[in-house]
Amino acid sequence: MSVRLGLMALLAEGDSYGARLRSDFEERTGGTWPLNVGQVYTTLERLVRDGLVEQTGEADAEGRIAYRLTTAGHTELGTWWTTPVDRTNTPRDELTIKLALAVTAPGVDVHRVVQSQRTSTLRQLRDLTRLKRDALDRAEGTAEGARDAEHGLAWLLVLENLVFAAEAEVRWLDHVESVLARHARDRQARDHRSTPVDGTAADPEHDHAGTAPAAREGTPA
Amino acid sequence: MSTPHVVISDVTRVHGHDETRVVALDHVSLEIHPGELVAVMGPSGSGKSTLLNVAGGLDAPTSGTVSIGGETLGSLAPRDLAKLRRRRMGFVFQDYNLIPSLTAAENVALPLELDGMRARQARRAARHTLDLMDLMSLSDRYPDQMSGGQQQRVAIARALVGSRRFVLADEPTGALDSHTGEEVLRVLRERCDEGVAGLLVTHEARHAAWADRVVFLRDGRVVDTTGAADDAEDLLASGGSR
Repeated sequence: MSVRLGLMALLAEGDSYGARLRSDFEERTGGTWPLNVGQVYTTLERLVRDGLVEQTGEADAEGRIAYRLTTAGHTELGTWWTTPVDRTNTPRDELTIKLALAVTAPGVDVHRVVQSQRTSTLRQLRDLTRLKRDALDRAEGTAEGARDAEHGLAWLLVLENLVFAAEAEVRWLDHVESVLARHARDRQARDHRSTPVDGTAADPEHDHAGTAPAAREGTPA
Repeated sequence: MSTPHVVISDVTRVHGHDETRVVALDHVSLEIHPGELVAVMGPSGSGKSTLLNVAGGLDAPTSGTVSIGGETLGSLAPRDLAKLRRRRMGFVFQDYNLIPSLTAAENVALPLELDGMRARQARRAARHTLDLMDLMSLSDRYPDQMSGGQQQRVAIARALVGSRRFVLADEPTGALDSHTGEEVLRVLRERCDEGVAGLLVTHEARHAAWADRVVFLRDGRVVDTTGAADDAEDLLASGGSR
């Protein structure tokens, strides 16, 4: 998603000006995507250039210029709502890359990499859960107007998205650990089978790329 | 910082002998303060349930000590240990374990009655606990007239009726859907916020996230503990990124 479409979605609800669009955007997305006001105005200028947004008139007494969505803007926004977000690009997630490299890099304790990440993610999950709990308490404890309630719901959904993402990461990290443990057991069994009765060393071909298995996969602390 | 209500000190638990010897817990130490909920996570066979059983006096450590409210469990006679368990701690299980022929209020009153309290007084205490937990509307219902989530909330009330200040929960959300599970954890969290010490075993990260701390076990050892809370607002100000 781009800031462009986010601003168009807000303008579809009514005319607005830059500073208000910025604060509405942040409020509606729970502050997860902070914008600076320059970014908002640059985006508005591009939307005007593309005929998707237009000024409603001259600047008011405070120098603010209001904008509205054009018919073409409404059409483009409608297309966005009904078009699935493209997830087919190969993810360039730092953690994925880090672990992919760690399992083959010599001397890296992968278990430690996994553990420190899991600790961090579990803490994040806990903090998000606190925010979620506060949001639920607020929603139940106050007689908010319909608009406030809808904004509260939007905020809750943003939080839930972050909770699901963190939860999925913890599950993936658990999976990585169990795969590594199974791999280590299989290799031990292979090494055991290939060790001659007189105790001489196993076939070096079984020692992947000559790296030390214990260092590569680490041992539980 | 308050005095810890639960102190598990250098506990090792070994099952079996020789070839069948299994170290279920290996020098585990853990403290739980009043008002604190600690979650225990870990893969199957990591020692989670053993830790819960040892903390609750259902199993004795091979070495090390467990104390609850200043009383060391290993130094108590079996009768006194049973009394301490009845009066000071409560258990919550995955399958609720409510008595089908008793109403919610009668189920909640049961531990007090078993401890010698007169029935009327016990029912009064049970209703008080149900009221505290906003469960009065369920007091006259039998288990088969309640949903799974409602039964589990009643089970938490039963675990905390009277003067009990330590709740041990073994996969309490295991039989519930995600939303209902979270509702149950919210109740547990609220009880801890009121000063109860809690120990929660779960394999769900999103449920462990309701705890103040998460202890991660593997092969009977603590390999990971989440520390103090981050500033949650800072977390989001950074774009919620990880």
